Amino acid sequence: MRFVPTSEQEDFTASLGRLLAGADSVGAARSWAQGDHAAGLDLWRRLAEQGVHALLVPEEHGGMGATPVELVLALELVGRHAVPGPWVESVAYLPVALGSGPVVEALAEGGLGTVALAPHVPYALDADLAEHRYVVVDGALHGAEVGEQHTSVDGTRRLFSVTPTGTGQDTGQDTGLGTGDLDRAFDTAVLACAAQLLGAGERLLDDAVAYVKQRRQFGREIGSYQAIKHQLADVRIALDFARPLVHGAALADPATFGRDASAAKLAAADAAYLAARVALQVHGAVGYTLELDLSLWITKVRALVAAWGTTAYHRDRVLAALVAEREQRTEVAG
Amino acid sequence: MDLTLRPDELAFQAEARAWLSANVPTTPLPSMDTEAGFRAHQEWEARLAEARWSVVSWPEELGGRGASLVEWVVFEEEYYRAGAPGRVSQNGIFLLAPIIFDHGTPEQQQRFLPSMASGEKIWAQAWSEPEAGSDLASLTSTARRDEARGGWVLNGQKTWSSRAAYADWGFGLFRSDPQAQRHSGLTYFLFPLDAEGVTVRPIAQLDGEPGFAEIFLSDVFVPDADVLGAPGDGWRVAMSTAGNERGLSLRSPGRFCAAADRLVDLWREHGDAVPSAGHGVVDAWVRAQAYRLYTWGTVTRLAGGGEMGAAGSVNKVFWSELDIALHETALDLLGPGSEVGSRWLDGYLFSLSGPIYAGTNEIQRNIVAERILGLPREPKGAGR
Repeated sequence: MRFVPTSEQEDFTASLGRLLAGADSVGAARSWAQGDHAAGLDLWRRLAEQGVHALLVPEEHGGMGATPVELVLALELVGRHAVPGPWVESVAYLPVALGSGPVVEALAEGGLGTVALAPHVPYALDADLAEHRYVVVDGALHGAEVGEQHTSVDGTRRLFSVTPTGTGQDTGQDTGLGTGDLDRAFDTAVLACAAQLLGAGERLLDDAVAYVKQRRQFGREIGSYQAIKHQLADVRIALDFARPLVHGAALADPATFGRDASAAKLAAADAAYLAARVALQVHGAVGYTLELDLSLWITKVRALVAAWGTTAYHRDRVLAALVAEREQRTEVAG
Repeated sequence: MDLTLRPDELAFQAEARAWLSANVPTTPLPSMDTEAGFRAHQEWEARLAEARWSVVSWPEELGGRGASLVEWVVFEEEYYRAGAPGRVSQNGIFLLAPIIFDHGTPEQQQRFLPSMASGEKIWAQAWSEPEAGSDLASLTSTARRDEARGGWVLNGQKTWSSRAAYADWGFGLFRSDPQAQRHSGLTYFLFPLDAEGVTVRPIAQLDGEPGFAEIFLSDVFVPDADVLGAPGDGWRVAMSTAGNERGLSLRSPGRFCAAADRLVDLWREHGDAVPSAGHGVVDAWVRAQAYRLYTWGTVTRLAGGGEMGAAGSVNKVFWSELDIALHETALDLLGPGSEVGSRWLDGYLFSLSGPIYAGTNEIQRNIVAERILGLPREPKGAGR
C-alpha cells in the first residue's frame, strides 16, 4: 500500500512540469485557436521527446509500456498548462484501440491522431491537422475523411465532422487497423479526460488565489473575506478528493476499470467546473474577458465536462455497474 | 503507486473479518444515548477488548495489537462492513488517548488507558462553553491553584459534552492564569464526573435522547496527578486532539463505504419508485470511494513521516457533507414513509451534527483558505 506517486513518477512529472512552465503554452494555445499551429506543434514534439506519447504503447512497438498512472500524471499537466492538440485521442484512445501496427508506432513518436465516436465524441479534434484519422461506427474502427468544421466554446478545440472510409476493423480481428480493445480504449480516454480536467481545475484555483491576494476592495485584500475564502476552500476540497479517484482508476482491475474511470470523470468534471465558476466569480468583470488567460481554462473546462461522456452518462454507467455488482454479491452469498 | 495489501495485512484483515462475522450482534443495539443502550454498548466494548479488537493501534501491553495505520484502516473497513455497533468509547480512545500517549506521564498512561480500552470507563469531552464555541480560546471556566492540597480548584460551565449523561470522566481546558489572554494560561484537566461539585445536566438532542450534556463545576478539586501536560500549556496539548478529531481518527472511511453499499441495496429495492434518486446514490458512492482512496493517500504520507496538519480540515468538511448527502438520498428513496423511525433516519439525524461538531465547517474552511491556500487572515474583531 503506497498510494502516492513513486519517486520515478515524481521525477517524470517534475521534468514535464519544468518543460511546460518554461514553454509559452498559453501563447501556443492562443495561436492554435487562430489556426496557427507552429508553436503548438513544437510543444507537442518536445513532449513527445519526453515520451508522453509513447506511455501506453507496449515496448515491443516502440513505446514505454507504462501504466495508466503515468498517463494521468502527464495529462493533468497538459490540462494545467492548456497545451493544445488532440491529446486524449493520440495518447490514450488510439494506442489502446489500435493495439499494434505502424500507426501505433507513429503515434508513439509524436504523430497526431484523432477519432470520433458518436454519441459521446461526435466530432474529431484537429482532424484537418491529424495524420491518423478514425471514426468508430457500430463498434468498429474505420479510417475517416474530414468534413465540416465546427466552433467549440473552447477556441483551442477545433472540431470536425468525419465520415468513414473503406472497411472497418471488426473488434478483435486484424484487418489492418490493429487488434486493440475499443472498450478499454474508451475507458482510458475517459480517464485521460478526467486527468486533464483535474489539471485545468488546479490552474483555475491557482489563478483565483493569486488574484484575490492582490485585489483590494473596501481597504483590504478580497481574499481576506470569508465569502471569498469559503468558495475557494470548497474548490481545494473538491480537487483534493477528485485526484484519488483519478489515480485509483488508473490502478483499477480490468473488472472495475470502466466504473472507476466514470467515477473519476464525474468527480474531476464537478471539481473543475466548480473551480471555473468560482475563479470567474472572484475575478469579477475582468474574469469575463477573453483577454485574460483565465478564459482559456474556463472555456476548456466547459467543453471537457461534456467530452468523452457527459456527467449524466457516467452517473448512469456507475449506477448500473454498482447494481450489477451488488446483485452478483448477493447471489454468491445466497 | 499501488493499492495492494501485504500478505501480513491480508492475514490481519481475514482475522478481523472472521471474528466480527462470528461476534457482531445480529440485531442492532439500542441507541447509545439511552441508558440501556449505553450499557449495551459498554458490554460490546468489553467483548471487543477481550478479543483485543477495541484499540488495535495501541501497544499490546495496553490492550492493543500494535497495528499499523494501514491495519487500522483495514480493521475499520471490516468493522463497518460487518455492521458492528457505534463506538461508545470513541471520544476516549480516539480523542483523548492520543494526547495521553503524547503528553501523559507513564503513571497516567497505566491508570487511564486500560480501563478506556475495555470500555469500563467512558470519557466525555468538556470543551465548549455557553460563550465559547467556535471561539474556543475565549473560554472562561477557571482553575485556581490550591498549593495546600497539591492541585487545582475548577469552576465554570461546560456544554455540548457528548456522552456526558452516562460517562465516568471528563477532559477539557480551564483558564489557570487569570491574567493570560486567549490561548495562553490554559491547562488541560481530567476529572471524574461524580466528583464533589460536578453537576451533569443531560440535554435532549434532535432525536430526543440525551446524547450530550451540560457540566457545571463548582469548586471541584483536581489533584496535580490529573493535569495532562504542563500547567499553562493546555492549548498546545489540546490542539493535537483537535487535529485528531478533525482528521483521520474520528471518521474512518469504512463507515461511509459500508453505508454507500447499503444505499445501493436500498436503491435496488426502491429505485423503481424513486428513479430521480439514482444520481444521488451514485454521488454518495463515488464520494465514499473518494474518501477511502484519499485516506490511503493520507496513510501513506503519515507512514512516511508526514503530518496531518490543515489537511484534517479538508477531510472534515468532506466527510461531514458526504454523510448528510448519503442519508438524505436514503430518505428520498424511503419516500413518504421516511419520517418513521429507521436506521437510516437515526443515521440522518446523527449526520446533521457533523458540520457543527469538531470545529464547524465554517472554521474548517477558514483553516483551508488561510493555511493551505495562504489567503490573508481577517482583521481581528473587536473582541479579539
